[in-house]
Amino acid sequence: MKKSLIAASMLAAGMGFSTTSMAADPLKVGVLATLEGTYTALGEDGVRGLKTALAEIKNQMGGRDVELVIGPTDASPDSAVRAARKIVEQDGVDIVIGPLSGSEGIAIRDYSKTQPGVTFINGISGAQETTYVEPSENFFRFNMDGAQWSAGLGDYIYNEKGYRSIATVGEDYSFVYTQVFGLVTEFCAAGGEVTERLWVPLGTKDFGSIIAALPDDVDAIYLGLGGGDAVNFLNQYQQAGGDANLIGGTIMVDGTVLNSKGDAKNALIGTPSAGPQADTWDDPKWQAYVKSYQDTFAPEDRFPSPSLLATGYYNAGHAVAQCMDKIDGDLSDGHAGLRSCLSSLELDAPNGKITLDENRQAIGTNFVSEVVEVEGGGLATKLVSMKEGVNQTLGIDAAAFAKIGLPSRDAPECKTSY
Amino acid sequence: MAIVETESKIVRLDGTRQNWLEKIPAQYWVVGILLLIMPLFASDFMLFQIFGWTFILGMIALSLMFLAGYGGMVSLAQMTIAGLAGYLVAILGDSAITEISQGWPWYAAIPVALIVTALFASAIGWLAVRTDGIYTIMITLAIAAAFFYFARQNYEVFNGFSGFNSIHPPSLFGVDWRGPKAFYYLTLFWAVASYLFILYISRAPFGLALQGVRDNSRRMSALGYNVVAHRVAAYTLAAIPAGIGGILLTWQSAQISPGTVGIGPAIDVLVVAVIGGLGHPIGAFIGALIYVLLKTFSTDALIALSLSGERFRLLIGLSFLVIVFFSPDGILGLWKKFKVWQQRNPFEQSDGRDL
Repeated sequence: MKKSLIAASMLAAGMGFSTTSMAADPLKVGVLATLEGTYTALGEDGVRGLKTALAEIKNQMGGRDVELVIGPTDASPDSAVRAARKIVEQDGVDIVIGPLSGSEGIAIRDYSKTQPGVTFINGISGAQETTYVEPSENFFRFNMDGAQWSAGLGDYIYNEKGYRSIATVGEDYSFVYTQVFGLVTEFCAAGGEVTERLWVPLGTKDFGSIIAALPDDVDAIYLGLGGGDAVNFLNQYQQAGGDANLIGGTIMVDGTVLNSKGDAKNALIGTPSAGPQADTWDDPKWQAYVKSYQDTFAPEDRFPSPSLLATGYYNAGHAVAQCMDKIDGDLSDGHAGLRSCLSSLELDAPNGKITLDENRQAIGTNFVSEVVEVEGGGLATKLVSMKEGVNQTLGIDAAAFAKIGLPSRDAPECKTSY
Repeated sequence: MAIVETESKIVRLDGTRQNWLEKIPAQYWVVGILLLIMPLFASDFMLFQIFGWTFILGMIALSLMFLAGYGGMVSLAQMTIAGLAGYLVAILGDSAITEISQGWPWYAAIPVALIVTALFASAIGWLAVRTDGIYTIMITLAIAAAFFYFARQNYEVFNGFSGFNSIHPPSLFGVDWRGPKAFYYLTLFWAVASYLFILYISRAPFGLALQGVRDNSRRMSALGYNVVAHRVAAYTLAAIPAGIGGILLTWQSAQISPGTVGIGPAIDVLVVAVIGGLGHPIGAFIGALIYVLLKTFSTDALIALSLSGERFRLLIGLSFLVIVFFSPDGILGLWKKFKVWQQRNPFEQSDGRDL
């Protein structure tokens, strides 16, 4: 009783203290994350990433307390816009961080144009169109798109692994089109051949027909699946006795899949992939971030190390925080100061330096890695090569890049030069 | 004052018709005026998102209520019918997918969309009316699932997973119909029109015959009614509010994709109709309001109780369970129970006998 009284009075004193020192109103930050459907585990880790960033900065941005408002979505554009509308128009947030999934990103970019008074920082959605076609003035993306996340992979599998022909299996939507786009342009330019591209609907449970349709005269099969779909595919692929060489898409070999239950994921050991991070990278900044994530959450409430979803939301949170500190939390100029700061920010992120181009799209570092077993029996990705300064046109001349066309089910064609 | 009252009574005793205004019950006045002046005090978010969505979902649930309540046919394909109308407006009218969208003007695209939708609904009806009860549910669910997968995998017409975006209502009379107030009145108008339409049909000879078919189809066919034609016509009529709702839904989110017509949304329409109550057309709108409020605010409610906001689906499910548990007839059933309870004479047993 006495103890709780003391604790209560301390709490009251602390609160009194914080209110007197805090002249400004709290800063309302909305978060869009997939908390329903096949990408639930991914959305949860994204929110953890943002909370890690907030814990590091003691929940303060520009001298203002941060109040998080969560908008749950189910990876469909409808749900993203509904959730965004609710947190912007009802809860009155100043800044939106999110969304997570490709097609959501395109819908939120369109929505951001109708809300000039709010600044949108992409969570981790990676469709190319979001910032490449009709970009929005108040939509910033501090993560690279799906094609940039493939940078380095095509060269690696052609030159190091010696694969000459591959087939792809991917979820049938914008993010995976973008990923395959990045792989195909690089792999074909190196001299490789993509014989077949198979597409499955997002949220597929039964992969039987796809597994039967996989060609067996190719050197390797690229898997562009994520979340529950990836785990389901691997389970069924193993039961069907599949033993082809695999190549992983970015979210195929992410912590969300590598830490799933069951042993189907072991089929991924040795699989090369590329993405914006490598779990076991020994860079001190990366290690510090991993530790910070581990310290913020109890082991049963998190993955052993942060997934790239967490990293995306973490970086978005830090980008906002750094700029809010710079402008002392003052948004009274209609966010002009915040936006000019964000546009010119060089974010010293745990996964390499990130700057924005004129479309407010990230230019950053990409990591090619392989899946390895780590101590304690888990799986993680181990760095094999890095590619710095990857821009949205993948180093291709802007005019030539525009000619390739937007990523789709069968674009781009497999050619040796673009 | 008193004189006026006696006068009006005399008029009624004379047997002359009441003025049509007098026939409107008091609660209609209250609700009607409240809805009309809503934009004076409600925020844009409330108008556009909460009420706009309520009216739209109410219209789609209304079409199910009409079939299930008056026709005894539970159709899970109503969301599909609404979605088809939305898709057709995107395909025939304007959208960001210019390779597919035909760019017809609204006065051509909307009527054609509604007519095609009505024909599609009649075809569904023609298939489904040969069955009864649970088999109707299965057939219509199968149609809904088939339409969903077809739309998701067809790229020539339905543009696959991404569907269509940037579908905006026509700017008639210089009004931006997607502005919160304009959209509120637009959806309110069509919701009221659909409500009155269904109410009228339910009391017209067609609706009465339909209720006869529901209660005893053999007797009705013995009386010379064509039972199958009646039921198919009910599907066609029900497609009108659903189709209008589908078009408004497409305008509201400015896009339509297979997610809009998925199996989840199809079942949500049934949930809306059942929690509202199938006994009266107003039930569809009450159910829709409850559904929309729960869907929008359940995360906040959980966080307010300092629980994890990620479990918002659980709260929605539990609320529906509670409503249906306490009143199998939905909210309307609760209202009826309340009225009975109010009129109960404490000196009488529940069956009306004296103690």
